[in-house]
Amino acid sequence: MSTAPRPTAAPRLDVDEQLRSAKILVCCGSGGVGKTTTAAALALRAAENGRRTVVLTIDPARRLAQSMGLTELDNTPRAVVGVDTSKGGSLDAMMLDMKRTFDEIVVTHAEPSKAESILANPFYQALSSSFAGTQEYMAMEKLGQLQATGDYDLVVVDTPPTRSALDFLDAPQRLTTFLDGRMIKILLAPAKASGKAYLKVVSAGFNVFTGVLTKIIGASVLQDVSQFVAALETMFGGFRERAQATYDLLKAPGTAFVVVAAPERDALREAAYFVERLAEEQMPLAGLVVNRVHRSSVELSAERSLAAAEQLDDTALASAVLRLHADRVRLAAREQRLEERFTSAHPGVPVVEVAAQPGDVHDLAGLRAVGADLAGGFAAARPA
Amino acid sequence: MSDFADVRLHVVTGKGGTGKTTVAAALALALASGGKRVLLTEVEGRQGIAQLFDCPPLPYEERKVAVAPGGGDVYALAIDPEMALLDYLHMFYKLSPTGIPARTLRRMGAIDFATTIAPGLRDVLLTGKVKEAVVRKDKSGWAYDAVVLDAPPTGRITRFLNISHEVSGLAKVGPIKNQSDSVMAVLRSPQTAVHLVTLLEEMPVQETIDGVNELTSVDLPVGGVVVNAVREPLLQPADLAAAEQGSIDSAALAAGLKEAGLDAPAALVQALAAETLEHAARVALEERGRDALAGLSRPSYELPLLAHQVDLGGLYALAASLCEQGMA
Repeated sequence: MSTAPRPTAAPRLDVDEQLRSAKILVCCGSGGVGKTTTAAALALRAAENGRRTVVLTIDPARRLAQSMGLTELDNTPRAVVGVDTSKGGSLDAMMLDMKRTFDEIVVTHAEPSKAESILANPFYQALSSSFAGTQEYMAMEKLGQLQATGDYDLVVVDTPPTRSALDFLDAPQRLTTFLDGRMIKILLAPAKASGKAYLKVVSAGFNVFTGVLTKIIGASVLQDVSQFVAALETMFGGFRERAQATYDLLKAPGTAFVVVAAPERDALREAAYFVERLAEEQMPLAGLVVNRVHRSSVELSAERSLAAAEQLDDTALASAVLRLHADRVRLAAREQRLEERFTSAHPGVPVVEVAAQPGDVHDLAGLRAVGADLAGGFAAARPA
Repeated sequence: MSDFADVRLHVVTGKGGTGKTTVAAALALALASGGKRVLLTEVEGRQGIAQLFDCPPLPYEERKVAVAPGGGDVYALAIDPEMALLDYLHMFYKLSPTGIPARTLRRMGAIDFATTIAPGLRDVLLTGKVKEAVVRKDKSGWAYDAVVLDAPPTGRITRFLNISHEVSGLAKVGPIKNQSDSVMAVLRSPQTAVHLVTLLEEMPVQETIDGVNELTSVDLPVGGVVVNAVREPLLQPADLAAAEQGSIDSAALAAGLKEAGLDAPAALVQALAAETLEHAARVALEERGRDALAGLSRPSYELPLLAHQVDLGGLYALAASLCEQGMA
């Protein structure tokens, strides 16, 4: 590239090596950066390189889902048709059904009679379908389950489209903190000690407190909550253990995080937070994937291009072509500056770029092309 | 005359990455033009407004962040569920935020608890605060001429706004139900419009169409569609049409480059032609997106792609464009 040579070169992310050695790859990043496509492309490449692979997606775009045979949300991995299995690999794909995964945990961990009352409770229904964090937690849970089957060499997981990439790491912790919380204990108190005994147990402060609570949210709601919490308590132990086990799995050898970003300020800022957070948690970072990167291989600077266009009539083909080229070079330069800002703050993080496509990817051929870029094809195709 | 002259609550949503916060801020500036008071609010704890207006993080307090063209003020407020609850308790139950019951609630983690176990409750608190600002009056009439809400993204907007449905399973009677009903009444009224921000790319367009259908199906009033980051067409229509078909007049291009004083070796001509064909392919996709959006039959507004990251100057330019197009 003529206009903006790459100064601080980040180490290149060796995607093929990750695909050969990892057992679990977690793709994370802020919303709208192409996480799902990256996860699918990585999984396809691993499968076609000979590994038995499953990709767990959260919320794929309709056409991408269809191309992978994901037409229903049934929580079971299904074989993707059209994958080259000549090297002995295979690709299954599944979409996460958050509520069903949660229901399954309840059924596994609670006595049958309790399970029924939990599943029927309005608060459980709200929690299991919309708790900000349930999706993340259930994605982790499903990831653990898929790995435990032993059917796969590699599990690739796409993370939910959260506001911030960090929510994903915090969700299991939040759920356990919640289950251990003081509020839960207060609400459990009436269930444990009924009638007068309860009144003796609680202090005057508590009375004021529950009084306020009743006034604000209404007595019947409080009762529902209380029942739900009591029913949940029977499975707390199992729940907590599981959350911990899943968290540990993320730190285990064989797991690697792939942080995905677009070459934009906000997306790269989120990526930086995430990289820092992984380091704090001592979780293994594979590297950063920057999607939708624009480059120009034409040896002509934006300034010269515009100056040349000035010489021409505005309606001339060459004038428009030169202006378009100048726009592209400027966009490329801007993206590169943003990437460099990331790299200079996190010099050790391996990076790989994926070229911007005119349209969205929605077939296996498109995923293969992205896979080739991920493996360094895009970087190799342009002058260093 | 604005297309939304009767609207006092403008809810702005959009897929992540489409520039919804920028559009919300530009709309607030546009609505404030000519001496109006507008409140711009955010509810996701991102401090996106502060970043745009280049000011320190916003507290839970209405603060002036900008002056509009022709005199007018934009105030901003970052709504936090915990503060909104304390506010609510103060307003409806006369509980002082520093009194014992309120302090106990906080200490016990009651707010975290409530919003964790039933996210619908959090949304009632957040939209409840927005509604309070919309209907607030002072001596001279409405406290704000308009309120703009930088809302959650398109994928979650219907759930976020359709609060009475979200809490109906949890509370059939009682104070929560009453509060959510009164908020819902404002959200469904002609005073409210939900605008969707999109780019001319496949997924954002599809999400916009899905979003409009979802909002309509639950009787939430859809406003306009704002197409953000639109590039100006540089190719002449005939050249563009040819390029969309994959053809480009290389001889004319080479001649033009020479005329402009550039050496035009075949390799350069070819590389520039390739870039142009890629551009045309994207324009073709954009046109398809535009057609799909036209099918929604909603007022539509286009904002140009800014050459640099959005700064205050850029915001004013976008606001002026929205005024010109009749959105404000």
